[in-house]
Amino acid sequence: MVKQISVFVENKKGRLARITDVLGKGGIDLIALSIADTTNFGIMRCIVNDPEKALKLLKENDITASTTEVIVAEVVDKPGGLAYVLGLLDKADISVEYLYSFVRTPNENALILFRVEAIDRAVKALEAGGVKLLDEKDIYDI
Amino acid sequence: MFWNKELECMDREQLRELQGQKLRATVRKVYENVPFYRKAFDEKGIRPEDIRTVDDVRLLPFTLKSDLRDNYPFGLFAVPQSEIVRVHASSGTTGKPTVVGYTARDISNWADLMARTFTFAGATKDSVIQVAYGYGLFTGGLGAHYGAERIGAMTVPISGGNTKRQIMLMQDFGTTILACTPSYVLYLAETMEEMNIDRSSLRLKAGVFGAEPWTEAMRGEIEQRLGILAIDIYGLSEIMGPGVASDCEYKQGLHIAEDFFLAEIIDPDTLEPLPYGERGELVITTIDKDGIPLIRYRTRDITALHPETCSCGRTLVRMEKVLGRSDDMLIIRGVNVFPSQIESVLVEIADVSPHYQIVVDRVENTDTLEVQVEVSAELFSDEVKRLESLGKKIKHEIQSVLGINVDVTLVEPKTIPRSEGKAKRVIDNRKF
Repeated sequence: MVKQISVFVENKKGRLARITDVLGKGGIDLIALSIADTTNFGIMRCIVNDPEKALKLLKENDITASTTEVIVAEVVDKPGGLAYVLGLLDKADISVEYLYSFVRTPNENALILFRVEAIDRAVKALEAGGVKLLDEKDIYDI
Repeated sequence: MFWNKELECMDREQLRELQGQKLRATVRKVYENVPFYRKAFDEKGIRPEDIRTVDDVRLLPFTLKSDLRDNYPFGLFAVPQSEIVRVHASSGTTGKPTVVGYTARDISNWADLMARTFTFAGATKDSVIQVAYGYGLFTGGLGAHYGAERIGAMTVPISGGNTKRQIMLMQDFGTTILACTPSYVLYLAETMEEMNIDRSSLRLKAGVFGAEPWTEAMRGEIEQRLGILAIDIYGLSEIMGPGVASDCEYKQGLHIAEDFFLAEIIDPDTLEPLPYGERGELVITTIDKDGIPLIRYRTRDITALHPETCSCGRTLVRMEKVLGRSDDMLIIRGVNVFPSQIESVLVEIADVSPHYQIVVDRVENTDTLEVQVEVSAELFSDEVKRLESLGKKIKHEIQSVLGINVDVTLVEPKTIPRSEGKAKRVIDNRKF
């Protein structure tokens, strides 16, 4: 399991620039990033090299943020790779709140990040299906 | 035109005599019948016989809106409940409304005062008066209705809303006088334009508009778009309802019905009375009311009084258009809104007091109310649906408390400006 940072972003010009600036100046490396947006606000979700420090920096700058445990799975980078992993979760009756993929160098397996309600059951189901899950150490080495 | 020329044009000295007489009777009545006033008078060491002339009113204690709430529902009534024939209510700072009661004589006097107001607008028994104020606990609808009937006009009790039907009936019935809020009449004019209905298909001559603050610019726009005379009417349920004061055709200020209401202007900070012409808070003593007479009721409305005889010949004191308040109450589409009502909803939902800001505006002549709430770590969720339902929940709860539509926006922390650590709660962008 990996700690993800989630940040509340108002739908206003310059907000994302400010948040990434705070992280950048604090020496935080963004490993993966996804943004969910609605008409009124957005949520920026990211994996960073130092979640504790990132959270502290954001709070110091009056930016609302929280950490969430997510699953990072290695998925074979070929047709049907993701479908296989999602099928395992579906069979275990686990619904996915959201997911996004990592940017990686070519020819490697894809990394997919999942947020699910029943995280422990999801880990079991994926491992039983032979899916490789990464922990924080693996991620920060990327 | 006059409804009761003798009273409307009474010599001011004579009027003072009449007011003094009525004030003495009122003071005796509340001292004997309302424990709240007996206690307040005793605390100030005032006996009813100390009040001799109308100037002695300044010896008396004030009444606040919160006094009505603290004595909810009927504690300030001065007659047995069996004498009350009707109640009205308006929203208060908390969930409980402020309730007022009328005896049969009060209702009749009120009808007379509203008849006076309609006469200011040129109404006669030949008029067709369409009452588009809401009917119900709100005093607007029924207050205007009884006044229109008192004149003998054909009264159309259509209440608010259903704009296309309003227009159809105005055309078919030949409505000559319309009573509604100023923002609603502008909406009506716009709807007519959209429907390509020419104003020449109406017989409308005048309108009696009130229940919310409006500007001279709005009056100009209403008069020009509909080709009518637009009269400003002032009232508040605690005192009576509509009919407390009204413009005449010269529009030089609203004539207060001084034979029923004793008006003072005070400095809202020192509570000292101010002379004519100076701006301050309007304080009203009802001097001819049976159900719930109020002594020196602080209206919180900011205005000034002018005693010079008007071009119309009336000697009744004229109050300037109300353009501000000495408390934080907002009037949104005719509904009283206190920021504390919104705050209590937020505290209940968030379990803490979040920073928020109320932004009021007027878009296409309709008041809008937006509540911006800062999303703190406690309120934040990583999931879109949870945050969205938080916004919806806040919206619904506020709407059910206020009874009007609001927009809720979730904003980032510290984006609401603060001064000395305190957030400015209300931004009113309406131009009055």
